[in-house]
Amino acid sequence: MGLGSDMYRQQILDHYKNPRNYGELEDPDFTHVGENPSCGDTIRVDVALADDEETIETVRFTGDGCAISMASASMLSERLSGMTIEELHELETEDITEMLGVDISPMRVKCAVLGRQVTQDGAKIHRGELDVDRTRTED
Amino acid sequence: MEVQESYPFDVEAVRADFPILDRKVGGDPTTIGQDDSDDIPLVYLDNAATTHTPEPVVDAIVDYYRGYNANVHRGIHQLSQEASVAYEEAHDTVADFIGAAGREEVIFTKNTTEAMNLVAYAWGLEELSAGDNVVLTEMEHHASLVTWQQIGKRTGADVRFIEVTDEGRLDMDDAAEKIDDDTEMVSVVHVSNTLGTVNPIRELADLAHERDALIFADAAQSVPTRPVDVTDLDVDFLAFSGHKLCGPTGIGVLYGRESILESMSPYLYGGEMIRRVTFEDSTWEDLPWKFEAGTPSIAQGIALAAAIEYLEGFGMERVQAHEELLAEYAYDRLTDLGYVDIYGPPGDERGGLVAFNVEGVHAHDLSSILNDYGVAIRAGDHCTQPLHDTLGVAASARASFYIYNTVEEVDALIEAVSGAHELFA
Repeated sequence: MGLGSDMYRQQILDHYKNPRNYGELEDPDFTHVGENPSCGDTIRVDVALADDEETIETVRFTGDGCAISMASASMLSERLSGMTIEELHELETEDITEMLGVDISPMRVKCAVLGRQVTQDGAKIHRGELDVDRTRTED
Repeated sequence: MEVQESYPFDVEAVRADFPILDRKVGGDPTTIGQDDSDDIPLVYLDNAATTHTPEPVVDAIVDYYRGYNANVHRGIHQLSQEASVAYEEAHDTVADFIGAAGREEVIFTKNTTEAMNLVAYAWGLEELSAGDNVVLTEMEHHASLVTWQQIGKRTGADVRFIEVTDEGRLDMDDAAEKIDDDTEMVSVVHVSNTLGTVNPIRELADLAHERDALIFADAAQSVPTRPVDVTDLDVDFLAFSGHKLCGPTGIGVLYGRESILESMSPYLYGGEMIRRVTFEDSTWEDLPWKFEAGTPSIAQGIALAAAIEYLEGFGMERVQAHEELLAEYAYDRLTDLGYVDIYGPPGDERGGLVAFNVEGVHAHDLSSILNDYGVAIRAGDHCTQPLHDTLGVAASARASFYIYNTVEEVDALIEAVSGAHELFA
């Protein structure tokens, strides 16, 4: 079988059906929203930092979209806790596909990286390094 | 199966004209064409996006490049004359096919979108101003919607949208209200590429003409799938694309009423569209060449005529009958699953396509899983984002049929949809 069936292994379906860290934070250090216009996937990420302003303490996300984008955001939210902002920015597309543990077909990579992109952009905006209202992942 | 016996023509014989239908899929999509790991039969149900190309049409392209490749209109040499005759006669074939008066009413463009833009720029920018309005529908394709929306912004003209009812039909009371004395253009999709609705173009043309407005029919989904006659419909403009009716990409058609085309200035300037040029001024070629600047898509134009001749071999009434048979069968089987939302009117009054969502499965996930079954469908917004907004969904899946599709292929779709639903349950 092709890439599709591989993409929907149990782990992905589990995170899609039971997303971890789903919700919003009452007092986040930063919040950012992003979308994948060609699919209609949307994600909002709330992040609370530790007192050092460097370490990610808590992540919550909400969103609406395909299994790949939602499972990826859910798995990322678990991994981000304890990471520094610098480590967040070092996350590459390959790190995301590795985390998902499946081959992502080329047309669906933008779904997989949406959560990471939104979080990275949110952190940059928080530090005044970027000025956008919404993140958009395209082909 | 009963349905099968009522095919309007021999579908197996049709399939023999399309070698691509025999290929397998399932391997690595980054290796182009068939490779050894392709092992699942292809079920191609994305015909509203593009249709496949039968051998006689491929032959027409090959014959041109192998036999008489030359530029058109300007050569005295034999090859150029042969190419010119074939290219110009292709316009006559199109004119006959859609009931136009002659080649002067048939302009070859790149596609439906370019045809729409030609009218929007050459007619719209000249004729529209603040106080005027253009009437579209909520089910317009972006080709029409975005084009008139932007022309409206540039000219100050108001752009209005005829509402779509809950059953996916145009609200004709709303149409009669929105088309008023300030309306200059009514631009309407004939068959919706998302809802499958067949809109009453003649009725809308009468409403437009009563108010001295023009009407443009976006026929991208109708000319390939049913008899369309511009005289019966009484439209002023009509557009369609070659690649949705067994022709190649890169060729589309704008039909325009001769008197209106005569009054319009060119859209693109350059070679092939002029009669006399001095340093100070230029005069224009006769219709339709006035609107075909530069070297046109010659092989594609000739192949478009071959595609039309191929379809005329079946007769468009029978093409329509086949489309309706498959659409109704697919509508009924998807409905029977009990967990599928289908958009648009009932199965017995739609074009040959069905857009839907499966409960609990995002359209893109569905399309990825269907791909594993070898089933090719479209998933996304189908270039009708505002319509999807009114439907309250971000995306939908769409299966669309053509002359070579079978009821067994619809059964394969149903099996794949069931598999996807089970996976996500």
